[in-house]
Amino acid sequence: MSTATTTHDTHDDHGPASGLMRWVTTTNHKDIGTLYLWFSFIMLLIGGSFAMVIRAELFQPGLQLVDPQFFNQMTTMHGLIMVFGAIMPAFVGLANWLIPMMIGAPDMALPRMNNWSFWILPFAFTMLLSSFFLEGGAPAFGWTFYAPLSTTFAPDSTDFFIFGVHMMGISSVMGAINVIATIFNMRAPGMTLMKMPLFVWTWLITAYLLIAVMPVLAGAVTMMLTDRHFGTSFFDAAGGGDPVMFQHIFWFFGHPEVYIMILPAFGIISAIIPTFARKPLFGYSSMVYATASIAILSFMVWAHHMFTTGMPVAGELYFMYATIMIAIPTGVKIFNWVSTMWRGSMTFETPMLWALGFVVMFTIGGFSGLMLGIAPVDTQYHDTYFVVAHFHYVLVTGALYSIIAAFYYWVPKWTGHMYDEKLGKIHFWWSTIAVNVLFFPQHFIGLAGMPRRIPDYSLQFADWNMISSIGGFAFGLGQVFFLYIVIKTIKGGKKASDQVWEGATGLEFEALPSPAPYHSFNEAPAVK
Amino acid sequence: MSTTADSYYVPHGTKWPIIGSIGLATSAVGFANYLHGSSLLVTAIGLAIIIFMMWGWFGQVVNESMSGLYNEQVDRSFRWGMGWFIFSEVMFFGAFFGALFYARELSIPWLAGASNNVATHDLLWPNFQAAWPLIEMPLTEKFDVAKQAMGAWGLPAINTVILLTSGVTVTYAHHALKKNNRGGLILGLFLTVALGFLFVGMQAWEYSHAYNDMNLKLTSGIYGSTFYMLTGFHGFHVTMGAIMLTVILIRAIKGHFTPDNHFAFEAVAWYWHFVDVVWLGLFIFVYWL
Repeated sequence: MSTATTTHDTHDDHGPASGLMRWVTTTNHKDIGTLYLWFSFIMLLIGGSFAMVIRAELFQPGLQLVDPQFFNQMTTMHGLIMVFGAIMPAFVGLANWLIPMMIGAPDMALPRMNNWSFWILPFAFTMLLSSFFLEGGAPAFGWTFYAPLSTTFAPDSTDFFIFGVHMMGISSVMGAINVIATIFNMRAPGMTLMKMPLFVWTWLITAYLLIAVMPVLAGAVTMMLTDRHFGTSFFDAAGGGDPVMFQHIFWFFGHPEVYIMILPAFGIISAIIPTFARKPLFGYSSMVYATASIAILSFMVWAHHMFTTGMPVAGELYFMYATIMIAIPTGVKIFNWVSTMWRGSMTFETPMLWALGFVVMFTIGGFSGLMLGIAPVDTQYHDTYFVVAHFHYVLVTGALYSIIAAFYYWVPKWTGHMYDEKLGKIHFWWSTIAVNVLFFPQHFIGLAGMPRRIPDYSLQFADWNMISSIGGFAFGLGQVFFLYIVIKTIKGGKKASDQVWEGATGLEFEALPSPAPYHSFNEAPAVK
Repeated sequence: MSTTADSYYVPHGTKWPIIGSIGLATSAVGFANYLHGSSLLVTAIGLAIIIFMMWGWFGQVVNESMSGLYNEQVDRSFRWGMGWFIFSEVMFFGAFFGALFYARELSIPWLAGASNNVATHDLLWPNFQAAWPLIEMPLTEKFDVAKQAMGAWGLPAINTVILLTSGVTVTYAHHALKKNNRGGLILGLFLTVALGFLFVGMQAWEYSHAYNDMNLKLTSGIYGSTFYMLTGFHGFHVTMGAIMLTVILIRAIKGHFTPDNHFAFEAVAWYWHFVDVVWLGLFIFVYWL
């Protein structure tokens, strides 16, 4: 059995090709990681601009800027772009950059397919975004595209959305297969499974979730397509189907999907906190088992998104208890991070600040999730701004914060340049204050009864909405500032040391220079 | 033939993925426009680009494999890749089986007033009665009402025998390959391909009978929907598998495989067993029970 992991000899001394075609034809995991990360940043700015339209319209009660149909297009496309265009590709980009370096591999296991996973995305999102310019406008049925809104009552452009989703699914499944093949087949000798960094572990489990549920999403949109055009009645009660069946199939995909967007974040936080606490991660193996438990539970709780849409009481009870159980492995993780910091000699560089922000604010989002998981009270919270506040705490101050933390933590390794520490700290504090001004008030207006996905609202919600919008504009501005920091860091900056951080461990910091060479490990590194 | 490379082969650059993306996007845009009145020309161009991409990409991989660039570790990557690709296909079928079970066990009984849905039944379609296969859907005027359901013990049972036999012949071919018996390999593969296409032909015949004589259509309510979508996607997969087997047969005739280096053969054989197992699920839950 061969364990040598050098690139083939005809390719040894190649650096990157020059010109634009380098990026189109590349099979290098670092190039592809960079493509993914830039793509997701562009999508973050596009999806963010939709959010600005939403917050501008909601700045005051009444209809000011956009008509309700366009408002609905904004909420729909904001959700789709952020979930499928910003958060997921950002994590795949990080996986591409980091997994081969962390496990001592020369590249991803299937480099050509890796290229295809990425290059499907620009086409899929061009199709999705082009729907704005079609007759009837973009899809306006919410990112969850419930039937019959997405079948009987949807605009023609919905078919562009459907095929866009098919293509994103192909991309995700190929990316996930690549991650699994890489982790199982490309580890350096000595890198046993239980020595892998947690980012690798969490991504391995995420990849399984992707392979299991993206095809189900493809099935759901295929049923939509045939219901729309070929006379099937999957979601039509008149033919014996059921619109509620759509919700079951969608959320069987959708709930694992939300963990797809948070498990890699757990891996990132589990890398950053030990470095800046200068202590090994507390409870490594319990972290692995907790991640696996969360993944398994994620397949058994989907109908907690549907407590008000009609279900036998026994079903509600089951889904409520199963949902609350997820708090146990998640709690294990939170306590492990806190225990890692306990009596550590902590310093608070920018990545650590974002990681700590994650721990605190993700926990807030987790607690509001527990509230929503309780069936009787969900009857009140369902489809209110309380839900909006909840999932933005876990997705913005959770997933997005971890991605930003990962950028600050690993960018010195990628570029060889330190980012500007002062600007990074300003970015953190500006964003953290803004994001809480933006989303915390939404808990209040949600509990008071303001429904989500509406362009106008009753007068008693006016004050908190205005405050929320101010926070929203500030947060948006903060991320344009982030773009400036990213470009500045790539162009130059203080030279980073090979280890980058005093307490950093792992192959990428201990066995590679900064910046990491184009081909990381032509010879498999020794793993202690 | 295959001198084992001592290092993991990382190809340097590739043009095939971008061609594949262009093909995918072209066929998707073309088909979306076709649904709103355009011709299928753009879709056809897109599919042609995809076929060109597959021809070129697979051809390149075959050449690299034949020239010994791949070591055992690369072979294992392919195995992981194919295995989990098949699992993703299982989940795709799972969505449609899920729809079938949901309709049979929940939505149809509920429409007929089961559980706490007495009012639903009385207010919506009071004459509706639960049944499976569901011939009389709640609103019969809107759909094509079939004359009868598709039975299990005629053509579908013969198709089951055909597909199961083809699973045996492909295994026979594999054993022959491992014993370096080229005649047996080619014979086994040829029989498998023939049985595969025979299955597809029988299935087409069944569809024609269902559409023309039984009035069982895609538009026959949830029964017609699940029947055609499940058997249709399965038939599509059998067709794909039979084409893949044909490629493997041609490669076997050309002498591409050795007793210990024939991943392509095994990948297609796995795929073939997968469509076989899906068929058993279909036979039991769509045709029989």
